[in-house]
Amino acid sequence: MNPDITAVDHHDDHGPEQGKGFIGFAKRWVFTTNHKDIGTLYLLLALLNFFVAGGMALLMRVELFHPGHRFIDPNFYNQMTTMHGLIMLFGVIMPAFTGMANWQIPMMIGAPDMALPRLNNWSFWILPFAFLLLLSTMIQAGGGPNFGWTMYAPLSTKYAPPSTDFMIFSVHMMGISSIMGSINIVATILNMRAPGMTMMKLPMFCWTWLVTAFLLIAIMPVLAGAVTMMLADRHFGTSFFDAAGGGDPILFQHIFWFFGHPEVYVLVLPAFGVISEVIPTFSRKKLFGYNFMVYATGCIAFLSFIVWAHHMFTTGIPLGAELFFMYATMLISVPTGIKVFNWVSTMFRGSMTFETPMLFAVAFVFMFTFGGFTGLMLSLVPADYQYQDTYFVVAHFHYVLVPGVVFALFAGTYYWLPKWTGHMYNECLGKWHFWLSTISVNILFMPMHFVGLAGMPRRIPDYALQFTNFNMIITVGGFIFGISQLLFAWNVIRTIRGGNKVDARVWEGSHGLEWTLPSPPPYHSFTTPPNVH
Amino acid sequence: MQTENRKLLAILLLVVIGMFGFGFAMVPIYNSLCKSLGINGKITEANRSAISLSQDNNRILKVEFVATNNSSVPWKFYPTVKQVELHPGEMYRLSFYAENKTNHKMIVQAIPSITPGLAAKYLKKTECFCFAQQALNGHEAMYMPLLFHVDKDIPRNINTITLSYTLFDITDRL
Repeated sequence: MNPDITAVDHHDDHGPEQGKGFIGFAKRWVFTTNHKDIGTLYLLLALLNFFVAGGMALLMRVELFHPGHRFIDPNFYNQMTTMHGLIMLFGVIMPAFTGMANWQIPMMIGAPDMALPRLNNWSFWILPFAFLLLLSTMIQAGGGPNFGWTMYAPLSTKYAPPSTDFMIFSVHMMGISSIMGSINIVATILNMRAPGMTMMKLPMFCWTWLVTAFLLIAIMPVLAGAVTMMLADRHFGTSFFDAAGGGDPILFQHIFWFFGHPEVYVLVLPAFGVISEVIPTFSRKKLFGYNFMVYATGCIAFLSFIVWAHHMFTTGIPLGAELFFMYATMLISVPTGIKVFNWVSTMFRGSMTFETPMLFAVAFVFMFTFGGFTGLMLSLVPADYQYQDTYFVVAHFHYVLVPGVVFALFAGTYYWLPKWTGHMYNECLGKWHFWLSTISVNILFMPMHFVGLAGMPRRIPDYALQFTNFNMIITVGGFIFGISQLLFAWNVIRTIRGGNKVDARVWEGSHGLEWTLPSPPPYHSFTTPPNVH
Repeated sequence: MQTENRKLLAILLLVVIGMFGFGFAMVPIYNSLCKSLGINGKITEANRSAISLSQDNNRILKVEFVATNNSSVPWKFYPTVKQVELHPGEMYRLSFYAENKTNHKMIVQAIPSITPGLAAKYLKKTECFCFAQQALNGHEAMYMPLLFHVDKDIPRNINTITLSYTLFDITDRL
């Protein structure tokens, strides 16, 4: 990657074709096949869903402020846990990373657009309808799905509200969307690279997304199969998960977690990619151990397929299987450790500065590792019998997903937003957002470890009296965290609307093809492929 | 470029269809693995066996009986004995009481389950009400027989076995 390439002359440099009035505006965004437009749409949808699902989390925290049923009905509480999980995974993290991939991958590899632009349009425009369908279950008779995002049978088959069918179709639609998006990303990275951009020169973000896309192609159809079986059990008289007809509810867990475990790496691998871009820039060094980062990503993807039963240690699986899944799970810490050590080595003796993206990236490395260690604790079979279904599990996966993945999303947004908009975000506001988020996220999730170890069960809208103090602290932390995110939204909107102009490089230490384009990049970039030395 | 993209699209779509099929293939794979390894407490044809020939008088096992109704079966259903201590290989007979508390005829199927799961393949039944569907008219009652023994090869670390039956209503399925 040669940063010295100057912006190529774009002979057909024009903006989007936009007609007059609302119709023109709607037509432009609904029919767009431009990777930058679609990336923007994905990111805005994710931002909107972030506040919807975050609001649901705050409702739960209000209920848990005091013991006893005071604020919301237990059935509604269960609907909130289900919706919060589903929307945060499928509506926030996955679309946000797909949006970043849409914006960045063609610019990073020197391609004019995604490989399959019309497919790209389709994969985005399925999503708003999928989420409308999912949210519509909340106002249907019998209420929305109330069995948790894991949809365990028979809770989701025999005992589920009628609206569950709408959730099933919504999951189908999200699946189609992310499969199409992934196929597009694979095709773009494999076929559209500029001359000289060999696989081992690919930016780390592209590598992690390539692996993620393959994971999605492999697992989303399995989830689609699982929810189709649920649908068949509910309406077509089959007994996949019904013991009375010779089925087995445990089978659902096996199929679900065969999807579910690789899914957590779908969420975290693009985050690794973002961090691997941000840290070298602000350390003013090349990424340490690039080759090992690539191999570690592949290793994690492979291992993710052979560890699923660690979610099911207490279902009575045989000892031999428990041991196998325990050791395989612990093995994942090796490639993950390689990544963490490489990030730290990249920072080591670098001339580091701490702009907002770097602050979020450093916080990611620290707190993601923290969540990884509680994951190691959970991987131990005898300990898992104690931790199973307590708030300790909630603390663990929120540490990897919030100060882990969501912080990587913030880092990526602050890092690339000046490139996308041509305006610098407000650094002071960004730093406020960072410090408020980092302090409050620990007030929010740290005490969950303690109440979990003391035995507070998850997914229950009430708790024993002795957990009251910690739960009050958690709720306060939750509200500070939630409100701090308004600063982020405000900062993003301000930056889109205006601000100090930035040059092509934006950051002193930035490297890569996307930084050779002017900021904001022209509507059609790299119509003539650049040469990579 | 466009043909290459189309080719890749076709290949990846085939992978997607293949993985969708794999999700469904997990059902028979799971069932046959569980059956052949005897790991999930399911009782199979292999559990129907003739009378035991020898017994191990040096060991004593505790066998507990649990009876559960599925929510759609308003029957009275319980074992006449809650638990029993016996030697591996010793034949034991007991009966389960079942009474239809509704006004109409119901047909039920009892589904057995054994804890710990690994004990399932050592529990041999000579006669069991779970081998057939059971029908009772409204307010009719009966004693349902169970004759079984525990194979004397059962691993030494298993000292207690819980045998559970759940009644499921299958009237509508017939």
